[in-house]
Amino acid sequence: MMQADLTSISWLSLAVWLPVLSGVLVLVLGGDHKATLTRWLALAGSLVSFLVTVPLYTQFDVQDGFFQFEELLPWVPAFNMHYHLGIDGFSMPLVLLTSFTTVIVVLAGWEVITKHVAQYMAAFLIMSGIMIGVFTALDAILYYVFWEAMLIPMFLVIGIWGGPNRVYATIKFFLYTLLGSLLMLVAFIYLYHQTGSFELADYYLLPLSMQAQIYIFIAFFMAFAVKIPMWPVHTWLPDAHVEAPTGGSVVLAAIALKLGGYSFLRFAMPIAPDAAHYFSQAMIALSLIAVVYIALVALVQKDMKKLIAYSSISHMGFVTLGFFMFGQLALEGAMVQMISHGFISSAMFLSVGVLYDRVHSREISAYGGVVNKMPVFAAFAVLFAMANSGLPGTSGFVGEFMVILAAVKFNFWVAFFAATTLIFGAAYTLWMTKRVFFGNVTNHHVAELSDLNKREFLILGILAVLVIGFGVYPEPLTEVMQATSTEFLKHMAISKLPVTGY
Amino acid sequence: MDNMQFDLLALLPELVVLGMAMFILLLDLFILPQNRFMIYGLSQFTLFAAAFFTFKTHTPAVGFAFSHMFIDDTLADVIKMMMYLGTSLILVYTRKYLQDRNLYRGEFYAMVLFGLLGMMIMVSGHNLLTIYIGLELLSLCLYSLVAFDRDNPKASESAMKYFVLGALASGMLLYGMSMLYGMTGSLDVSDIANNIVQQPKSPVLIMGLVFVVAGIAFKFGAVPFQMWVPDVYQGSPTPMTLLIGSVPKLAAYAMTVRLLVQGLHPLALDWQDMLVLMAVLSIIIGNFSAIVQTNLKRMLAYSTISHVGFIMFGMMSANANGFASSFFYISAYVLMSIAGFGIILLLSRQGFEAEEINDLKGLNQRHPWIAFLMLVIMFSMAGIPPTIGFYAKFTVLQAAWQAGFTWQVVLAVLMATIGAFYYLNIVRKMYFDAPEDHTPLTAPVDMRFILSVHALALLGLGLFPEILLSVCGHSLLISLQ
Repeated sequence: MMQADLTSISWLSLAVWLPVLSGVLVLVLGGDHKATLTRWLALAGSLVSFLVTVPLYTQFDVQDGFFQFEELLPWVPAFNMHYHLGIDGFSMPLVLLTSFTTVIVVLAGWEVITKHVAQYMAAFLIMSGIMIGVFTALDAILYYVFWEAMLIPMFLVIGIWGGPNRVYATIKFFLYTLLGSLLMLVAFIYLYHQTGSFELADYYLLPLSMQAQIYIFIAFFMAFAVKIPMWPVHTWLPDAHVEAPTGGSVVLAAIALKLGGYSFLRFAMPIAPDAAHYFSQAMIALSLIAVVYIALVALVQKDMKKLIAYSSISHMGFVTLGFFMFGQLALEGAMVQMISHGFISSAMFLSVGVLYDRVHSREISAYGGVVNKMPVFAAFAVLFAMANSGLPGTSGFVGEFMVILAAVKFNFWVAFFAATTLIFGAAYTLWMTKRVFFGNVTNHHVAELSDLNKREFLILGILAVLVIGFGVYPEPLTEVMQATSTEFLKHMAISKLPVTGY
Repeated sequence: MDNMQFDLLALLPELVVLGMAMFILLLDLFILPQNRFMIYGLSQFTLFAAAFFTFKTHTPAVGFAFSHMFIDDTLADVIKMMMYLGTSLILVYTRKYLQDRNLYRGEFYAMVLFGLLGMMIMVSGHNLLTIYIGLELLSLCLYSLVAFDRDNPKASESAMKYFVLGALASGMLLYGMSMLYGMTGSLDVSDIANNIVQQPKSPVLIMGLVFVVAGIAFKFGAVPFQMWVPDVYQGSPTPMTLLIGSVPKLAAYAMTVRLLVQGLHPLALDWQDMLVLMAVLSIIIGNFSAIVQTNLKRMLAYSTISHVGFIMFGMMSANANGFASSFFYISAYVLMSIAGFGIILLLSRQGFEAEEINDLKGLNQRHPWIAFLMLVIMFSMAGIPPTIGFYAKFTVLQAAWQAGFTWQVVLAVLMATIGAFYYLNIVRKMYFDAPEDHTPLTAPVDMRFILSVHALALLGLGLFPEILLSVCGHSLLISLQ
């Protein structure tokens, strides 16, 4: 009886709309003069929103490779649009990552944000709901609405609470993403006129000529490559990251980039599988450029946030690399890499945030010998740096190793270049760590530093446990996506070209 | 005798507006200035009464009056209802502004109602002359309304510009109509369509078509007939800009349906090309020119030109889907532009016009709620979901795609990105900059409340667009059968 009650609840709708509602509630009830109330409200909202996503994991059927928890309601009959939500093994971990990260972000902005507290918290809560919407929508226009709507709060977050050059960064971010998305909309319009529906399932079954597939793939590529971001359309990311407040950087790195990766799996590849195969070599080449070249760019950065931003692009290169090798190991490796990067990049940006809140500088040269004043923090930071460079025993290792392993079977040179990340990644991360944390105390700012407070310890502690936990025991992650990735590869192996008679 | 009764019944909403407008004009002579609120209330009542009668006399069947000179179909009724709503909102938003500037006079309301009457006649015109008379009644009211503030030299200048160019456009339209009459021997829209089918295509007919299209394009403000738009928008007092820029677009749309679809559909292949050219040029020129503007009203003028381009995107498909999508776009646009100018009026006060984009600086710190409303309006104009502006762009683009205009759609999408830049620029000023002006807001409560509901409706209709979509699509389909 109890079981029946639990399954009848629309968990996905709750996961999408509860954070949005709490965001609105925070806006209405909160304010700068009641900052404490606002913060606790936001925390409560984000915790409840996280809790309603937990059943998605506990009740998830790992044997089922198709969509689960589906909800289907008519929405705009005039265009045959539906409110259709559902998750599979790819999206479920990302939904949980999103709701979890929101809790972290609310905690991270606790006393740091003093200007427009309610708007800050509300923006992140609403954004969280919208991003979960992107991960769960199975109707193309519903997905598109969430995808675009996400730009609005992000635009405001970077612009209101960002650094000195925020206007340039935020408008660049918005326009880059908008242009890509609008081309995707054109692709949806094309598909709509082919099928008369916006159902994703119909698009999966629609046979398409090679030319049509190529155009569709390019349109999707424009939208998703910008979001991931892939070289050469990555230039908005370092700008946005540098100017964004810590919370904004965390959400950008941990979730927003994953929207692009996830969408490749959900839209571009299964809708146009032949074009995906056709472009696979180009995609692999672009991914390797991201992995190698961007890693070299990261090496020469003077700004810590910029360095981590470039490191994110380099790591996301692994994700696209894994996707386009069309193997189970590579695919799952890429997915694990996405989740793990969500934790590690959040932790890295939060660490920079800890320093920035105290010294108000992100320059590497402004620090030196931090370990002498903040030993606990330095321990965490070194752990995350190790994870970022892919040390075995951390979650950063698992995904990269799986992808490299798959690459060895795929092609030696691909594996060779991919594996250079283990060297370059270690080089730029550890070099930065060395310059910031070790050596003698270089200036009076560092000399005045105080170690982590309880809140910061809690946040970094949780992330550290997760990073090590998934590093030692990644089974829960790979288990949920096994069936889905099998089905996905089965689908990808079948050509959608119209059969021509001999 | 029976026939006569029916004639008047179909005209009932028009008669109500006409009678009330004359009554208001008279009443104003005998009323004390402090009781002027009565005039305002009566005007709102007129709109309500007209809406009531339009709703009551509505039948799904098409009704004609005065030997087919006047048509009363579903499309006309729906457009008229939208006009009442739009005009009523305009009256709410402009009251405070007019009071502050000593323009709160009975003539304003009489003129607005006469203008509305002109639009209603345009919408229901089934004869070239009826349409022309309606258009002229509207135009004359608008010319004099722009010059309403007699002591304002800028307003007089733009009234002059508007009048000269508007008269030229009316002349072109009339010239085109005369050629159509010459070739088909009829002024009746349906007869024209029937006669064109029966005769070979002649150059005179095409010439007539060109002039008619030019007249329509002028009323819309489409490139290359857009010159008047920025100057008139900027020079007119904001309430008049609001009057020119919003509801008359609905009338222009109805005129297009009557003339191009119901009258000249046999020539669709010819006017389609002209619309394609105007649509593409309007989107390009409107968006690029809007980027560099510093005056908010002028920026909105150029943005109007680009919106008109999108509206034409639907029409150039020359099918029911396309015209239905244009109708939806115009309804959305009218709602958005009234709300946008409403915010400008809300922020203006005695001796201060919130006209420059910089006047919006730091609005989020001064009035977070109004800044949020403006944010919704701007994102809606930019076509970002979940606002109604997104569905407006979506519907016209899918219609154009269906009609085979592939590269035009891709171009429009690129231009929409450029358009997003200047709307974002406004959001940026409101949210990212510090305020320079800290004067508290003096707008009356009813205006704030209605404007809030209005702007939130843009969001609500964006989440649930079905109602408006089906109303627009349904009414057009019934009328085109």
